Amino acid sequence: MKAAVFLFLPMVAFAGDPAKGKEIVLGRGDGNCLLCHAIPGAERTAGNLGPSLAGVGARLRAEELRLRLIDASRFNPNTVMPPYGRVEGLRGVAPQYRGRPLLTDQEIEDAVAFLLTLK
Amino acid sequence: MRKYLVLAALLACTAEAQNRSGLEFASEEIRRLQASDAENPGMLWVDQGAKLFAQKCASCHISMKGVATRYPAVENGRIVTLEAKVRHKEAFAYESDELLALTAYIANQSRGMPIKVNPPAEKLDIGRKAYYSRRGQMNLACAHCHEQNWGKHLGAETLSQGQPNGYPAYRLEWQKMGSLERRIRACMFGLHAELPPYGSDTMLELELFLVWRANGLPIETPAVRR
Repeated sequence: MKAAVFLFLPMVAFAGDPAKGKEIVLGRGDGNCLLCHAIPGAERTAGNLGPSLAGVGARLRAEELRLRLIDASRFNPNTVMPPYGRVEGLRGVAPQYRGRPLLTDQEIEDAVAFLLTLK
Repeated sequence: MRKYLVLAALLACTAEAQNRSGLEFASEEIRRLQASDAENPGMLWVDQGAKLFAQKCASCHISMKGVATRYPAVENGRIVTLEAKVRHKEAFAYESDELLALTAYIANQSRGMPIKVNPPAEKLDIGRKAYYSRRGQMNLACAHCHEQNWGKHLGAETLSQGQPNGYPAYRLEWQKMGSLERRIRACMFGLHAELPPYGSDTMLELELFLVWRANGLPIETPAVRR
C-alpha cells in the first residue's frame, strides 16, 4: 500500500518552471547535477559518474524523469545517484537534514521541466 | 578461447584491485609541493613535532621508524590509532597543532615504508560493513565513490581511492595539516551524514578498515592534497 502511494503521489504534478529548473540542475545548490553529468548549457566542468544528459528530454518522458530524480535506486539498486525526493529508509542523516529530501516536490518538477527541454 | 577470456577477466580484476595512493590522482603542482621537503608545508608540523618529541617523548623513545606502519593496532580488544597512542600520554586536543605535529613527526619516520596492519577479523568486519553502508541524505557508501568510481570525475575533481597513507596530510582546502579522521568527516559532511566524533568507536572502526585496505602502500606523511 505504501509503495503504491509512493508510486502515484509524484504523478500529481505541479507545473514545473524550466528556468528555475535550469538553476537547480546547473547550479551549485542541492541539485548540482553537473557534479556527475555532462549537461548542455553548462558553464563549468562537469563530472562523469553518470551519463550525459544531452538529449535526455527526448529519451525519457516527464514521469520517467521524475521517478529517477525522486529515487534512482528503484531502477538500479547500486546507483550512485542520490535520492532527491525520498527520505524513507535513509540512515545516518545529519540532524539538520533529517526528514526532508534534497529537493522539494516543486523543485523536482522544475528540474524535470528543464530536463525536458534537452531534446 | 574461453580460458583466455577468464584469464583476461582475472587480470582486469587484479589491476583494478591495485591500491593507488591519492598522490597518483593529484595535480602536477601538488605532487611538486609534496616531493620537496623545502616546499612541502606539512614539514612545518613535522619540524614542530621533532621539537615536541625531544621535550616530551625522547626520555623513553629514540627512533620511531616503522611504528606508524602498524597503526591503527588492536590492543586489549580496543582499536588504537597513532593519535590515541600519543594522547595516552598527554591528552592533546584532536586536531590541535601539537597532536598533528607529533603524529606527523612519528609517521614521517616511516615515510616510504609499506603500511602493514593485521587486525583481528571481527574488528575489521565492523569497519568493512560501515565502508559499504549507505549513509546520509545523499545515501552513498564510501565504496560507491572510492571503490567503484575512482578515476572518474566529480565536477572538476578526480575521485581517488580514498587511501589513507599520507595522513596526517596538508590539505590546501584546510590551509593546514589535518588527520585522517578530519578527512573522513569531510566526506561525511559532503554526504549530509552524521559526523562520527573524533576518537569514537564508529570512527576508529572505519579508520582501521581504511588503513587495512591500504596495506602495502608506502607512508607519505606529510602528504599534500587538494
